[in-house]
Amino acid sequence: MTTMVQAIRMALHVGEERHGVTDIFGEDVGAPLGGVFTQTQGLRTAWNSPLDERGIVGAAIGLALAGSRPVAEIQFCDYAFNTIDLLKLAGAMHWSSNGDWNCPMVVMTPVGAGIHGSIYHSHSFDAQATRLAGWKIVMPSNPRDAYGLLLSAIIDPNPVLFMAPKALLRQKANNDSEEVPGVPSDERELSKMIDAPLGDRTKWKPRWPDTPDLLIPIGKARMDRAGNDVTVVTYGRHVHVCRKAAEELATEGIDVELIDMRSLHPYDWDAISSSIKKTHRVVFVNEDTDITNFGEHLLRRTIDELFYELHAPPKVLAGKHLPGVGLADNLEKGSVPQLDDITNAIRTSARHEP
Amino acid sequence: MRSRYNGVPRMTTIISKVRNGAEESLKPELLLQMHDLMRKARVLEERLIRMQKQGDGYFWIGGPGEEAFSVPLGLLTHKGEGPQYDYLHLHYRASGTMLALGADPVDALRQMKSTASDPYSGGRNFASHYSVRKWNVVPVSSPIEVQYAMAPGTALAQRRHGGTGITIVTGGDAGTAEGDFATCLIWSARKGSELPMLIIVTNNQYGISTPYDGQHGEKRIADRGAAFGIRTLTIDGNDPETSYRAIKQAMDYVRKERKPFLLEAMVSRLYGHSSSSGANYIEGEADGLKLFEDKLIARKLLTKERADELNAKYTEELLEASKRVRDEAPPAPEDIWKHVFAEQSVVGGSSGNKGAR
Ligand SMILES: Cc1ncc(C[n+]2csc(CCOP(=O)(O)OP(=O)(O)O)c2C)c(N)n1
Repeated sequence: MTTMVQAIRMALHVGEERHGVTDIFGEDVGAPLGGVFTQTQGLRTAWNSPLDERGIVGAAIGLALAGSRPVAEIQFCDYAFNTIDLLKLAGAMHWSSNGDWNCPMVVMTPVGAGIHGSIYHSHSFDAQATRLAGWKIVMPSNPRDAYGLLLSAIIDPNPVLFMAPKALLRQKANNDSEEVPGVPSDERELSKMIDAPLGDRTKWKPRWPDTPDLLIPIGKARMDRAGNDVTVVTYGRHVHVCRKAAEELATEGIDVELIDMRSLHPYDWDAISSSIKKTHRVVFVNEDTDITNFGEHLLRRTIDELFYELHAPPKVLAGKHLPGVGLADNLEKGSVPQLDDITNAIRTSARHEP
Repeated sequence: MRSRYNGVPRMTTIISKVRNGAEESLKPELLLQMHDLMRKARVLEERLIRMQKQGDGYFWIGGPGEEAFSVPLGLLTHKGEGPQYDYLHLHYRASGTMLALGADPVDALRQMKSTASDPYSGGRNFASHYSVRKWNVVPVSSPIEVQYAMAPGTALAQRRHGGTGITIVTGGDAGTAEGDFATCLIWSARKGSELPMLIIVTNNQYGISTPYDGQHGEKRIADRGAAFGIRTLTIDGNDPETSYRAIKQAMDYVRKERKPFLLEAMVSRLYGHSSSSGANYIEGEADGLKLFEDKLIARKLLTKERADELNAKYTEELLEASKRVRDEAPPAPEDIWKHVFAEQSVVGGSSGNKGAR
């Protein structure tokens, strides 16, 4: 089974070969390392940039304006905060010029906690990202979605932020529905083909499997699990935690409907609202800090538009409003939603008597 | 009044003759063309200031006092769309450059009046915030110095594309304190990956109110290029002949060598920072247009009468135009939703990469 980093690498390769990607760049993105998570190994157009996040985003904008197709990486989203005004600028390019220019660029960045990354390798970027009007924002929860969303991001004429949950980067597809189409069924074979060897890599060349142009539309959610009792809306790493919660709750007779948003903007309100109209109960889950959280926006819209549909108070379950995620296991667990927190929140919603 | 040049090299100590070709004189037609454009740019700025003061605009910022530099810059730019032509990452004092490129001054009035017909932003942005894709004029934006972070990107595309197209970036002196200026030097000067960029600083010795001295330890901003092996030059940007030669020399180098050049031009700020600081004529600043006009008259290339006629002609034309622009429709409220997302890619000119779709 393919890992998410392998899926990202294959999408970038297809981007280079078939969709005009000209530059894949960022800190340690080029050879020999090929990215701190190995996501850019073996790519023809990958290169190392200076250690300068503002320069990276700025160069991506300039490349895009000159008709190139850049995919820039911010090594960890924790280091994207000083690029916010440049990200805003990219998002404003089409609108501020009244439609004269467009800015076709992709920024990829690993996000979130779950790998004991301590204070500055655990941040989320959801709230900041969704405030960047003019950008499309995606976050996959499995290798297939990573592959298909990244390809859609590459061909989009607008700036697209591809946030990869770092706790999922090395995780394998759980089943065929999460697998990248066209890869060899033997994962050791795939690894031999596209994972750079340890040690000297100067002579190494990847052999890319023939993977198709799978374009997962930006703006469309994925129904992870159909159910009738409570709608759970999440994305990224928490899709897997919420799925576990749903499985546990199924044994108590609570039937969870789980929506993986995949796109944070534009987002699939149709999928969310039709599910809420069916279950009449909703829990929004993410791991970003909870004051002015993206889930709060979804909750507000739920109240605005679906108030009389609700049979239980809608709920946002998010990270604690703290300056960072502490390193010690107890600190990390206390900071971002854990399985028990989610199970409890869904159960409370399911059992609420209107 | 206190000398504006405390702590920084006085004009006289700044290179006013550009080395190679310094003695080569510019053709009279070119001098008259530059004078014409400088006057047109000045009249345009004065009209914009007037419009703002009369309530026909919310805010003025522009480049009166920089014409002797901005006009030659526009004349020397290779205008067109895509990486084979020059990219311009300008700041908000570039009207002279735009007019020299061939922009219609009435369009600047439209932007001041925030009309729907404003071709630069459809009524969305301040005056002097130009954007013209067909001429590679990247949208001017208000955050200081961000253009220096974007410019290496267009230059990267041009380095790959080959040819003679270069990237030109301009901004003020105070803004060079931002990290984006360092970004520009670093990214343009990487060994083996040098970028074809003309990096320009127009130094008017002020931020909004903060004088240069006290903020800068470096004697000249251009000196900062030396550490990166970047060729540099500081010039008297109030003299269009010096500017023309210096820009030409710098551009020739960048076009041919495909390496960066840092050019610092000492300029004036004749109406202060913006309408927020009153936009009144400041006495005691060198007026490059007046100095040049006097020079041309002394050299018998121009008469006082002809110069006055030109001034009157442009003044009349733009006054009339400003009245017409007043009646042009504003954007509709629902226009806010236009162009949030692009439906297709249009950038890069004919060599542009339009992606798979
Ligand atoms: C990032 C940023 N900070 C502050 C401002 C407010 N501001 C506008 S112009 C200006 C001074 C700029 O001075 P300088 O770079 O010397 O250019 P000049 O206006 O003198 O040509 C300031 C502080 C801004 N627009 N952007």
